[in-house]
Amino acid sequence: MLRFLIRRSLGAVVILLIISAVTFFLFYAVPRDPATLACGKNCTPDALAVIRKNMGIDEPIPMQYWHFMVGIVAGRQFNVGDCPAPCFGYSFANQDPVWQTILDRFPTTVSLTIGGAVVFLVIGLGAGMIAAWQKGTLIDKAFSSMSLLLSSMQIYFIGPLVLALVVYNLELLDQPKYVPLTQDPVGWFLGLLLPWLVIQIIFTANYTRLSRSSMIEQLQEDHVKAARAKGMSGKYVFFRYAWRGSLIPIVTIFGVDMGSLFGGAMITEWTFSLPGLGTLAVNSVQNTDLPMVMGVMLFAATFIILFNIIVDAAYAFIDPRVRLS
Amino acid sequence: MWMRFKRDRTGVISACIVLAFFLIAALAPVIAKLYGKDPYTRYGQLRPGLLNENFYPMKPNGGIDGEFWFGLEPGLGRDVFTQLIYGIRTSLSLAIIITLLSVLTAIVIGVVGGYFGGKVDYFLGRFTDLMMSFPNQLFFVAFTPVVAALLVDPRDEMPTWLRACVLIYVMWLLGWMTLARLLRGQTLSLREREFIEAARVAGTPPGRIVRKELLPNLVTPILVQATYMLPNNVTAIAGLSFLGVGLQEPTPDWGRMFATGAEIYQSDITYMFFPGGAMVIFILAFNLLGDSVRDAFDPKSGR
Repeated sequence: MLRFLIRRSLGAVVILLIISAVTFFLFYAVPRDPATLACGKNCTPDALAVIRKNMGIDEPIPMQYWHFMVGIVAGRQFNVGDCPAPCFGYSFANQDPVWQTILDRFPTTVSLTIGGAVVFLVIGLGAGMIAAWQKGTLIDKAFSSMSLLLSSMQIYFIGPLVLALVVYNLELLDQPKYVPLTQDPVGWFLGLLLPWLVIQIIFTANYTRLSRSSMIEQLQEDHVKAARAKGMSGKYVFFRYAWRGSLIPIVTIFGVDMGSLFGGAMITEWTFSLPGLGTLAVNSVQNTDLPMVMGVMLFAATFIILFNIIVDAAYAFIDPRVRLS
Repeated sequence: MWMRFKRDRTGVISACIVLAFFLIAALAPVIAKLYGKDPYTRYGQLRPGLLNENFYPMKPNGGIDGEFWFGLEPGLGRDVFTQLIYGIRTSLSLAIIITLLSVLTAIVIGVVGGYFGGKVDYFLGRFTDLMMSFPNQLFFVAFTPVVAALLVDPRDEMPTWLRACVLIYVMWLLGWMTLARLLRGQTLSLREREFIEAARVAGTPPGRIVRKELLPNLVTPILVQATYMLPNNVTAIAGLSFLGVGLQEPTPDWGRMFATGAEIYQSDITYMFFPGGAMVIFILAFNLLGDSVRDAFDPKSGR
């Protein structure tokens, strides 16, 4: 297990290095003056000079990349001030340190992701299990049609509709917002309730289908049949034998989904104007705030890779036949 | 195969709906001509009595009447019906090109890796893994403006075709990996089968084996995956436009209608229903079609 983790972590570092290099060179090694590019549309000569200085544009590009990477590990000195490790530089748009901004925005994204995941796991896995149990009945068909319809919905369509109905027409809830959990748990829950309910629609359908088919497959397995044949109760076999086995494909998809969600659910956050990483990314792109985009990009990629490793390690716990190699 | 598909009633109906969307996209200029409007003219601002002083349609339900079937766009006062059909035209053409390019890339990378094996396979496999760990939505959002800035000075206006090329390029770059992996696996197992081995022993050159023996056996997974890929590309392009990094005004675009709709939903919710409803019907029909195609090609798999 330990050897597996070490090897995968080294692989992850290599991949992150490549991603950072690709991103960096695409952003900075453009044939045109990167400072002009970074400065955006409303550029003044003063702003240009400041950016040139901050970027260290006089250095050759590989040296700039080297300084950037060293900055992440060991911190870095800037004209604007000292930037402790992990240093991703300063925003071009408002001169805030990138790392601190990401840390400030992260709790919103985490709250949205975890709450949304709870909703779609409970509904998706629940509906899938019931459908598999009642295979072929009206309930099964209703759930299947429902999940097909849901999977055709888009957040940028449903989000505004839900807002118009719940917030402006019925006035049941306020405009969604993020309140830290530690500060006001009730406000946190109510503020994020609508985003949770909306973000789950694109996932629930997938999980319903997946857990249904995987459950049906498991119920045909020999060890499940054997357990039934030796007189174990249907319920016990269903939950302890079949359900456990059916989780394997679900864990894979869940890991992938979580990895990408932790990097910011852009469309959902944008629809509900939540100040998470996704909104940060979109705003930075609009302001051509390259250090910020770079920071969010690496942060998000780290989560994707991290969750890939977690998924592979989790296999070993769910299914002892899987050997980590 | 075709007989099996024809017996599947859901499949046939959804195929008709999907076909209708393609026809609308292809014939958008003709339809607009018959209907007598175009997606660029600001009817609401040109003619008094259509928009009120806040630039919202005067008539209820977004200004729907016999003349403007789907109403008027608040603000600019353009015709929603022609906006939508032209928007579907742009989005669908982009999605089709992206899907074709991704499928071709996936075939090349997957089949070469799977068939030749060894070092080639190893490096192609690692390359696929690497591309998969890019956060793709973030990548699209972040790189569309960068690639655009590489080609055109950011202060200049960018021609629409170039912007479309940038979108295609960025989405193609990260669109082929899943299918490539699938095809690699399939090729790997096909390679060991007798008929391929026989062809090899008979001295058939590798290129010919791939073309005449391998590819015909890969048509099914390619076609099935492509029917899933295309609607995904449509929604992804629309998502980009929604976030403001897709095609820009005044090119009509399906996804940007959602962005407009999201700005004005408090006063004029009707506007949102036309692009939204069309999108739901399109995606639903395409998903059902994908399932039917899979069932028709591969009856063993079942649901």
